[in-house]
Amino acid sequence: MANTAALNGINGLRDIRRSPASHLTAALEAGSIEGTVVLQEGPFQTMAGIRVDPRSEEGARVAAVAGGLPARCGEVGGADGVSVLWLGPSEFLVVAPEEAHDSLGGNLIGSLTAALGGAPGQVVDLSANRTTFELSGARARAVLEKGCSLDLHPRSFPPGTALNTEVGNIPVVLEKTGEESFRLFPRASFADFLGRWLLDAMREYASPEVP
Amino acid sequence: MLLISCPNCGSRDETEFHYGGQAHVPYPENPNELDDRQWAEFLFYRDNTKGAFAERWLHSTGCRQWFNMLRDTVTYEIQAVYPMGAARPDKAAPAPESGTASTAPDSTTTGTAAPDISGTSTAPATPAAGTIAPEGATK
Repeated sequence: MANTAALNGINGLRDIRRSPASHLTAALEAGSIEGTVVLQEGPFQTMAGIRVDPRSEEGARVAAVAGGLPARCGEVGGADGVSVLWLGPSEFLVVAPEEAHDSLGGNLIGSLTAALGGAPGQVVDLSANRTTFELSGARARAVLEKGCSLDLHPRSFPPGTALNTEVGNIPVVLEKTGEESFRLFPRASFADFLGRWLLDAMREYASPEVP
Repeated sequence: MLLISCPNCGSRDETEFHYGGQAHVPYPENPNELDDRQWAEFLFYRDNTKGAFAERWLHSTGCRQWFNMLRDTVTYEIQAVYPMGAARPDKAAPAPESGTASTAPDSTTTGTAAPDISGTSTAPATPAAGTIAPEGATK
């Protein structure tokens, strides 16, 4: 048991916390093929769930803080390292680096809450809700296509797009961050499954290609 | 697998959706005045239409929004997708040929439970289902 008396506020817990896929770290490293497809966990990002009508006045205030709300499915808003993913017509997920969290000196969630004020809607700290897998490399798209029925070709899924969908039969938010790099946001309880599923999908690319 | 066009997200697999049963079933205006049979009919009795059927769907792993869909229960053809609260679009609806005629041969097989309900209430909701039915019940 951790000596809870010695912990100093929420930051005292930081040393003993584990990310949802931390037990897979070695496996992810072993399963990654440098230059072909690389999978790693990018844990502990600051995330906030927003529900607000984007056309309303409070929606405009929240958009100003978040750096712009996406208008439709697939779009990604935000600025300065903050991504705002579209989850629904009035539902958004803000993803920011860990340092943006209020407990580390940032003010992302506090300022979003202040921008919403007492207006209808909500801002919820969801940092522990999802973890992040970063999948990159020339074969990243081929790996995802094994378990995702969306058209992932760049002509319909360009960088800077995010979609709410299923990968390997579990719901994830899939964001394309670059030409050959993706971020997957599964819920924490699915992290183990999705991590192992992706490793399995990646395994064939470790062998030389059969002509 | 059906490919369903979500009004917000576009075409997605059926597995991303959740079925919500028959659409346009109004909540009784005065539930207290219903007798047990009427209440049971509101709660549990639904049409078993052969042909175009209006139903509710939820895009549960996408935008999490409900919408209505007009689907042919024989061919699985999706004839219309329209928002919650909107009236049922009468797509290609010729004069409702006294409804029950086309459903009769099949409804006899399930028979005894509630023959009068399924028979009468499908009448306005049945366009010429028979004419489009035979085109491959695939997908």
